[in-house]
Amino acid sequence: MKRVLKGNEAIARGAYEAGVRFAAAYPGTPSSEILDTIGREYEEIYAEWAPNEKVALEAAIGASIGGARAMACMKHVGVNVAADPLMTLSYTGVRGGIVLVTADDPGLYSSQNEQDNRNYAKFAKIPMLEPSDSQEAKDFVRIGFDLSEGFDTPVMVRSVTRISHSKTVVRLEDRCQAPIPVKVEKNPPKWVMLPLYGRERHKTVEERLAELEAYAADFPENRMELNDPKKGIITAGISYQYVKEIFPHYSCLKLGMVWPLSKTLIQRFCDQVEEVYVVEELDPFLEENLKIMGFPVNGGKRLFPRCGELNPLLVEKGLKGPDFREPAGVEAGTLPPRPPNMCAGCPHRGIFYVLKRKGFFVAGDIGCYTLAALPPLTALDSCICMGASIGQAHGLSKVLGPDDRRRVVAVIGDSTFIHGGITPLIDIAYNRGDATVILLDNHATAMTGFQEHPATGFTIRGEPTERLDFVGLAKSVGIKNIRVTNPWNLEEIERAITEETDSGASSLIINQGPCAMLRREIKEYHPPYAIDQDKCTGCRMCLGLGCPAISWNPVKGDEAAQAEGRKGKGFSSIEKSLCPGCGLCVQVCRFDAIYPTGGEAVCGFETRSRESSEGRTSLEGKHGK
Amino acid sequence: MENEVTNILLVGVGGQGIIVASDIMTDVFLEAGYDVKKSEIHGMAQRGGSVTSHVRFGKKVYSPIIKQGDADILLAFERLEALRWVNHLRGDGTVVMNDHKINPPAVNLGQMSYPERIEEILEKHCGRLHVLPATRLAEEAGDIRSTNVVLLGALSHLCSIREGLWIDVILKRLPPKVHSLNQRAFSLGRRHLRG
Repeated sequence: MKRVLKGNEAIARGAYEAGVRFAAAYPGTPSSEILDTIGREYEEIYAEWAPNEKVALEAAIGASIGGARAMACMKHVGVNVAADPLMTLSYTGVRGGIVLVTADDPGLYSSQNEQDNRNYAKFAKIPMLEPSDSQEAKDFVRIGFDLSEGFDTPVMVRSVTRISHSKTVVRLEDRCQAPIPVKVEKNPPKWVMLPLYGRERHKTVEERLAELEAYAADFPENRMELNDPKKGIITAGISYQYVKEIFPHYSCLKLGMVWPLSKTLIQRFCDQVEEVYVVEELDPFLEENLKIMGFPVNGGKRLFPRCGELNPLLVEKGLKGPDFREPAGVEAGTLPPRPPNMCAGCPHRGIFYVLKRKGFFVAGDIGCYTLAALPPLTALDSCICMGASIGQAHGLSKVLGPDDRRRVVAVIGDSTFIHGGITPLIDIAYNRGDATVILLDNHATAMTGFQEHPATGFTIRGEPTERLDFVGLAKSVGIKNIRVTNPWNLEEIERAITEETDSGASSLIINQGPCAMLRREIKEYHPPYAIDQDKCTGCRMCLGLGCPAISWNPVKGDEAAQAEGRKGKGFSSIEKSLCPGCGLCVQVCRFDAIYPTGGEAVCGFETRSRESSEGRTSLEGKHGK
Repeated sequence: MENEVTNILLVGVGGQGIIVASDIMTDVFLEAGYDVKKSEIHGMAQRGGSVTSHVRFGKKVYSPIIKQGDADILLAFERLEALRWVNHLRGDGTVVMNDHKINPPAVNLGQMSYPERIEEILEKHCGRLHVLPATRLAEEAGDIRSTNVVLLGALSHLCSIREGLWIDVILKRLPPKVHSLNQRAFSLGRRHLRG
């Protein structure tokens, strides 16, 4: 049967067809839909959201030791988190096959860097397969498991955003029975990486790499397409599609396995073409390794950019050189950009509004709230990786003088906190720090599509489960002050931040309000607000919230004369179809110009979050949820 | 080199149902027997950012993205986004634009103004411009959220695929209680373009 599947859906299907028993991941764009799909469609596979990528891979290793085929999926930066077990997994090898999917993000559509994870395969000395469409994404997962068991190695499958989020036609097949029985077999020299055993396994790894290189010479997914003998293109993955699109008549060596590379195969190809070009996205990975082997690469990164995503136009431009003509531009003047924005009704807009007004240095983290770095909030001052905000706030507080120290906070989302924030929180407590951490708890991994996590109370399949208690956790690691704030009360938020940063003790402020898009948490609907034009003085205070529902209306000419007394020669208005009635703007307006309409609500909030909460939580009692 | 592939670029604002619309198109073209590829870019936010989706169909499709300057049809869910992406259209291409305005943040804040004379600029850079009040037609059909289906109805008039196939695919994707609403939305869009 034929279907059009997203690359990520095809990878999930590949796992199903390969007889995978265990799959774990931490959500991260562009990889998230792989586990989303398995959770939704393939009951035969045990699936879980892990607290982070390292845990996901370690759990997969456990399943593999038991003989089950196991998959771990992550975005490119997730492999950095999982790199510790990965490097040693290369030494131990597997029992049931292990495929690690890395979804890279050339072009940084939603990432903090655009690292090229082909380098990890070389670093870890393991094979890397790179599909060029959804059909191959599915097939390569299955091939990956066969190779994994055949060569006793973990196998990486690399997708990129353009593969993960493109839909192409796929032929579906049935699920197969994985070949290895599931049971425990003790084998310390293989699984215990003491130096004694590790030294032996390193030799095995090098021998394995040589065997894989020999295998790559005739690996059927390394495909030679001989056409015009003048130009030979060596390429892989999505770059192959761009080459075929623009220059279908050129000869191609399309690599399905980008590591290890077979010298024999490349020699075979080079013998049949006059000039060799390498077309690849991001790093000159193939180019450099070809040059190390002594092949004369005529065109590589000299012709194509090292930064950003490749596309058909860039491939045409690179290979045509001076003959290339840019497509005609359109003169439309400077258009207003449309960057992503924190949603209307986001429970964490108020925190950032207060932090900006008070001039705090805000150590930020990864999630929707990273968008608070953009105008008009501009209230985020750093962002490195998952969990780094807390460590940074700790470091800053240790080196700054007493006055500056009081102007630093860390902000972190609930899912991110679980991923990488718990250990640095322990660091603050253990090393007698006094940093203030603000946990932005919206009860979801919102940015990647509302995946569950250990504090939502539900598993990937929606079954109720243990719910991580942030207050109890912070208390047990030794944080001195812990309090829960109401995100809809600016005064309360400001008081909490001032008191905690002044306290000279470690503190955790849990700002608790469900994501405005999280439907199951919406218990009560509030009518949208409107602005009384006669009362609005045009002071623009409400615009500082950056709420998408509030806009500025300039008045011109005669109207402007009449509008004397308005500060800004205009007035604000609220788009009622966007306003969820959160009421932050009412608290910001000093002229009582904003009032609730009687109109029908379009979105809403959990009632509990709107009730005023009671200052500092007693360490014995209230647990927030 | 003869281009046997048809390129449709959908553009608009997050939350307008662009991804669903392009998913429906993709299924329709597959059902009609073509090779089809679709590629979507949804930036960091769930809602509010600029969203594009590329749909390509033909006998054999390689790249999942349309080369700049090669789009045959630009299906714009919002006016400013039509202008932003019109340079991806081929000179004789067709623009189908929803006559609907959503302010980007810089306009909301009064820092920039929403561009005027959009139709004029578009007309200079395309072969054919169709403007339709898709959001209003969706309201007329019964729900503003069916704007994307109104636009699919309009687009369907430009593709030589039978109407019944579009309806079948749309209904298959949606729960029964919104079937008649979306059938109405589809035919309002289709009729509007047929004129």
